[in-house]
Amino acid sequence: MTIRGVLWSLGLVASFAWADPPPTVVDPMRGPVPIPDTTRPPLLRNAVNDDVRRPRNFDKQPPTIPHRVDGYQVDKNFNKCLDCHARAKTDFSQAIPVSATHYIDRSGKVLDHVSTRRYFCMQCHVAQDPVQPLVGNSFRNTDALTPKVTGTTPSKP
Amino acid sequence: MIERIRRYWTIIRRPSVHFSLGALTLGGFIGGIVFWGAFNTAMEFTNTEAFCTGCHEMRDNVFVELKNTIHYTNRSGVRAMCSNCHVPHEWTVKMARKMQASKEVWAKLFGTVDTAEKFQAHRLELARHEWARFKANDSLECRNCHNYEYMDFTRQSVRAQNMHSTYLANKEKTCIDCHKGIAHRLPYIPPGEAPTDTPGQVVPGADSRVLAPSPVSIAADAAR
Repeated sequence: MTIRGVLWSLGLVASFAWADPPPTVVDPMRGPVPIPDTTRPPLLRNAVNDDVRRPRNFDKQPPTIPHRVDGYQVDKNFNKCLDCHARAKTDFSQAIPVSATHYIDRSGKVLDHVSTRRYFCMQCHVAQDPVQPLVGNSFRNTDALTPKVTGTTPSKP
Repeated sequence: MIERIRRYWTIIRRPSVHFSLGALTLGGFIGGIVFWGAFNTAMEFTNTEAFCTGCHEMRDNVFVELKNTIHYTNRSGVRAMCSNCHVPHEWTVKMARKMQASKEVWAKLFGTVDTAEKFQAHRLELARHEWARFKANDSLECRNCHNYEYMDFTRQSVRAQNMHSTYLANKEKTCIDCHKGIAHRLPYIPPGEAPTDTPGQVVPGADSRVLAPSPVSIAADAAR
């Protein structure tokens, strides 16, 4: 390599080094707080408790829980969710019964009680907090993607 | 025997020789106050949290569980302690309960529930005693604070409104029927005795019967 070549490459490196520092990343979760500092966490809220069923965002999404579940006991002794949502209880509690699919074990056998793999309700069904998403996203649910049924017969080409 | 009773009777009937009537009356009066005060103070002491949690049976099992619940810690800082729920407030009933509690002293002396395992083994039986007591007095200890007359249904969730305006209002159910296990963890409850008092509570592995979905309802669910 010639001296000139070396100088050129050095100059190139120097020009990169002296360029503007990369723009500071503004993380919506952190806000403008510098990385080494501690952010002020958002306030804790009570979970949504309005008992209004939310639509599902995608096929087979576990429905969300529209009420508070603080301190619900779900262990081998007792399942607070099933105390109202078990199919035998819904007559009394007027709660939405557990889907019949939850009574089928993994080999397809229909059981007379909730299958053990479905026993821990809050592994899939979760209560909701009344907050806005911190990070925007462009998710569209299945309804937006499926073609609308207009009811009119399509015109022939 | 008769002779002895007769002798004591004459002693009691005979007027005092050494003490004046005033000293006896006043002494009896003051003695009565001191005795009554001491008795009540001692009994009130057995109602304190320090007394209840003085035994590890209570401190390590039920008291630990209480600490996670709304009856121990909440937004306004009003809280219930053991005796608020487990000891009647009215004097005569309280005395009856305190006498009953002498059996608990017996259990303490002989270590009936002195390990966590023993406690868990006795848990359903102990819980049933309390449920029966609450059921019998129409959940009086709940109602000492949670008075139905002053409940503002509009401040309750829709579910709570529906339950309280039906089952509680028509006295079909009392507080404890639905609110079992709000201050402590529940043991395994046999079907038919669960908080909603209807069969259906099932533990994985327990061979108990619950209303099962029929193949027809499964097909209907799948089609939905």
